[in-house]
Amino acid sequence: MLAKRIIPCLDVDRGRVVKGMRFVSLVDAGDPVEQARRYDAEGADELTFLDITASSDKREIVSQLVRRVADEVFIPFTVGGGLRSVADLRAVLRSGADKISLNTAAVATPELISAGAEMFGSQCIVISIDARRRDPASGAAGWEVYTHGGRRRIGWDAVEWAARAEALGAGEILLTSMDCDGTRLGYDVPLTRTISDAVRIPVIASGGAGKLEHFYDALTVGGASAVLAASLFHFGELKIADLKDYLRGRGLVIR
Amino acid sequence: MSQVAIIDYGVGNLRSVEKAFAATGCDAVVSSDDKVLRSAGRLVLPGVGAFSACMNALCERGFDEVVREQAAQGTPVLGVCVGMQLLFETSEEFGRARGLGLLNGRVRRFANDLVVPQVGWNQIRQRSTHPLFRGIADDSFFYFVHSYYCEPATSAVTIGETDYGVSYASVVAQKNLCGVQFHPEKSQSAGLRLLHNFANGGD
Repeated sequence: MLAKRIIPCLDVDRGRVVKGMRFVSLVDAGDPVEQARRYDAEGADELTFLDITASSDKREIVSQLVRRVADEVFIPFTVGGGLRSVADLRAVLRSGADKISLNTAAVATPELISAGAEMFGSQCIVISIDARRRDPASGAAGWEVYTHGGRRRIGWDAVEWAARAEALGAGEILLTSMDCDGTRLGYDVPLTRTISDAVRIPVIASGGAGKLEHFYDALTVGGASAVLAASLFHFGELKIADLKDYLRGRGLVIR
Repeated sequence: MSQVAIIDYGVGNLRSVEKAFAATGCDAVVSSDDKVLRSAGRLVLPGVGAFSACMNALCERGFDEVVREQAAQGTPVLGVCVGMQLLFETSEEFGRARGLGLLNGRVRRFANDLVVPQVGWNQIRQRSTHPLFRGIADDSFFYFVHSYYCEPATSAVTIGETDYGVSYASVVAQKNLCGVQFHPEKSQSAGLRLLHNFANGGD
């Protein structure tokens, strides 16, 4: 049986891990390869690196990091953050990454999804969606898409965007709830469920994990194929092995 | 000379395959050099993305002939992911695409009511004590990413099965040919062990 996946996310700046919540970065927290190796040993099913390097030689910095990780860690990993062109995708994939996650660039140029999927295969194109619930006062229901690390509201409906990304050739959706991110009150289960029902590709739930039950809810009621978390794992509050024992105990298929 | 050559025909993440062999202490090279491929003791045929794109890229470089010739001479060949699918006759991806036809059977798409692609860790039920499985526990998890699966004409070539909506052939072997639908280079210790087994003939 296909197992549900647990994915730690590492924020990386200029080749170093920075700890913090998704939208507020904090202190230097070590070498990405060491962290990746530790997560691998603890039973992580995949890794996601969110690169926040703002530099003209970003592509080379990211490629170096990817090569180092790929040489030593034998589980799949995704790289995202500021990748804009087919050339960017090629550089990162050739260096050894398994998947690319696209967010702002995919919204700006949706054809990048189809171009990337045609050239490298849908399996390596992950569309990252940052979504926030619409203001109820506006009278509109649902969730809307934000770009630029959550700073820019673009007015698109998150469900429609997910379905369109799938049609363009996306292989997976990484769905972050901006309302829940950093709160530790749980994933946005209704959002996750709505998107999972709207597409036939795997959905990775992100944003809001605080305790064991939250992961279970996203994977069952939410219909997610995988769950992603950052700070909860980084700060050692939750061990991946303990989380997996818990989920297995509740009857989920876990590696 | 039992060097493993990984066929570089312009697709996929070959660096990971090479490094995974290296991590198990095996001598493996990624190569697009005809001579290197023809003199290698063992060949790995990788592949990701679309079946027909892979097949076209392989043929453009004339490597389809290299694989056919080496396979006929008894060189062990391991197809990985779409590389496994290429060993078969046809795929229903984009109509009807032709493969190498070294194994009888076809490649089919998963049913529409499933989440496709299948992405993640799934189990292999071992149907025989093939040398590829030496040291690997039955029902071990491996990492899969695919929308299509192989349907061999005869179940005799299926040495490992996986369940995803259907029970399908995830590991096949016939004489010197074998194929795995998952990515051994991304399947942690079980995957590395399988690569080691291929490189060493199960010793």
